[in-house]
Amino acid sequence: MSVQLVVALVALVAVLAVAIARPRHVPEAAVAVPLALALVVARVLPAADAWAELRSLAPVVAFLAAVLVLGQLCEDEGLFAAAGGWMARTSGGSPARLLTAVVAIAAVTTAVLSLDATVVLLTPVVFATAARIGARARPHVYATAHLANSASLLLPVSNLTNLLAFRATGLGFARFAGLMALPWLLVVVLERVAVGRYFRADLAVASGVDVAAGLELPESTPDDDVTDESGERPAGRRPATAPGVAAVVVGATLVGFVVASAVGVDPAWVAAAGALVLAAHALVRRRVTAGTVGRSLNVPFLAFVLALGVVVRAVIDNGLSTAVSTLVPHGSSYGALLLVAAVAALLANVVNNLPAILLLLPLLAGHGAGPVLAALIGVNVGPNLTYVGSLATLLWRRIARAHDSEPGLAEYHLLGAVTVPASIVVATSALWAGLALTGGG
Amino acid sequence: MAVLVWAAEGTWPACVDAAAQWASPTSDVELLAVAAGQGEDSAHAAFAGLLGRGRGGRDPGLRIAAMGEAATTAMLRSAAERLGRPSTSRTLAGRPERALVEAAAGAELLVLARDGDLERLGPHSLGPTTRFVVDHAPCPVLLVWPRRPTSTALPPPPPGAPLHRP
Repeated sequence: MSVQLVVALVALVAVLAVAIARPRHVPEAAVAVPLALALVVARVLPAADAWAELRSLAPVVAFLAAVLVLGQLCEDEGLFAAAGGWMARTSGGSPARLLTAVVAIAAVTTAVLSLDATVVLLTPVVFATAARIGARARPHVYATAHLANSASLLLPVSNLTNLLAFRATGLGFARFAGLMALPWLLVVVLERVAVGRYFRADLAVASGVDVAAGLELPESTPDDDVTDESGERPAGRRPATAPGVAAVVVGATLVGFVVASAVGVDPAWVAAAGALVLAAHALVRRRVTAGTVGRSLNVPFLAFVLALGVVVRAVIDNGLSTAVSTLVPHGSSYGALLLVAAVAALLANVVNNLPAILLLLPLLAGHGAGPVLAALIGVNVGPNLTYVGSLATLLWRRIARAHDSEPGLAEYHLLGAVTVPASIVVATSALWAGLALTGGG
Repeated sequence: MAVLVWAAEGTWPACVDAAAQWASPTSDVELLAVAAGQGEDSAHAAFAGLLGRGRGGRDPGLRIAAMGEAATTAMLRSAAERLGRPSTSRTLAGRPERALVEAAAGAELLVLARDGDLERLGPHSLGPTTRFVVDHAPCPVLLVWPRRPTSTALPPPPPGAPLHRP
């Protein structure tokens, strides 16, 4: 092991530790960016290689920024509140039917607007909807949190991991979605069945209770007492009455991704155009201010992704790839794909899905789309196993909140232990079948 | 001495109606809600798993906890209105089954509902929390159906001759 490799590994551990523990709410970028710079200055990573890494990550980060803004604008335009209304009507007062509606909305939201939108924006709406029909919200909130990870298989935009791996697959947008459609669908159905069985008592209990006698909660999410970290109410939190424009813009953006990919235009441009159109619409209607749009960009997070990419590149280039490449099988046989997915899931559970896919990509690139997609199945579905995304996060949370009783988490681990291995096997099998039927990557 | 009513989502109307029917007019009635396990843990955990996106104000777990408190308050208010007689309300913290058993010490009566498989009679018609409370309650328990059971047929008797007990 060279000195450079040790230095790079120490830097990576430090970056991840700060990102997970966030001591005194220091932004992750505050440590990651200086460390990335230090690695270049100390010649652990040649400046040219760091620059190449930044340039390859730039479109991904631009895309991410646009999707973050798009999701927040959809919330400001009332799209999630409208989804809540649809879920409540579809349920007809039945918690089990509400769960099906929640699973459908969470799966589509995750696929189209990424897992961030599902976790941050949809989960509160799901809770409010369950409370509104008088159901016990636990199964529905749980399913939403689970699907934020497992339903992020479908599109290159659904998860940051997909964005990072998209180029390495060598696939177009439509082909990526086509290969991942069946794995995604099967995983979503599996989650619905598993959550439904696991929480069947909670789901049965309200059925038959007179819904008219149930709770009267406000139509929109009653979050008015919750403010941003800055303590200031964003201007655009009052949902618009007509979220149709947001829905149309999101739909048009999706079509744009397919077209742009076919003609060789980077999808980041399409996402940016969609975000700009919706931002202009919301700004004109005074539903948001330029400040709130700027904040939803989350610049520190974008800087963190770039810095993480550089640090991981330093680790790989200094010899980790040769050490790990023996562990990762090559080829697109069924066994190889399963093994790649399992290794990716394990790695995601040890560190986190983001560094996991960054570490795996250089080892898998150049062997066709199959292994890369299998790795994505592992890093996207896998985090549900330790529930908070990784062992490191879990350990930290245990230490930080040891005095809190968290009766819920034990059962989450139990359900994750059931669904994650099954999902990985089912999804990888469907991927393998898709690759075999359509003649490889 | 008070009649305690466990108010939980889905089952509270039946419990309140039972309390209105069975509690003696001179008894105090106290409505109990348990503030736990509405999913805020899972939302918080999912947010913690979003590496690098952590901004405290955006944690959906906090928003759900706040909404959960509001929903519990609204439920207790609706329950008090439905009861139609003076009552007090209390929200318990901690593990639901233990908090309820502890609260029931010295109570005149504890009213709760079946919250498991409501399709047929039998042990599975009690959820785990209710099972624990029924088994450990230090006071008399009134156990009601949240709605009419689908089937009230008894299971077939076990095979063989009836047991002769001394």
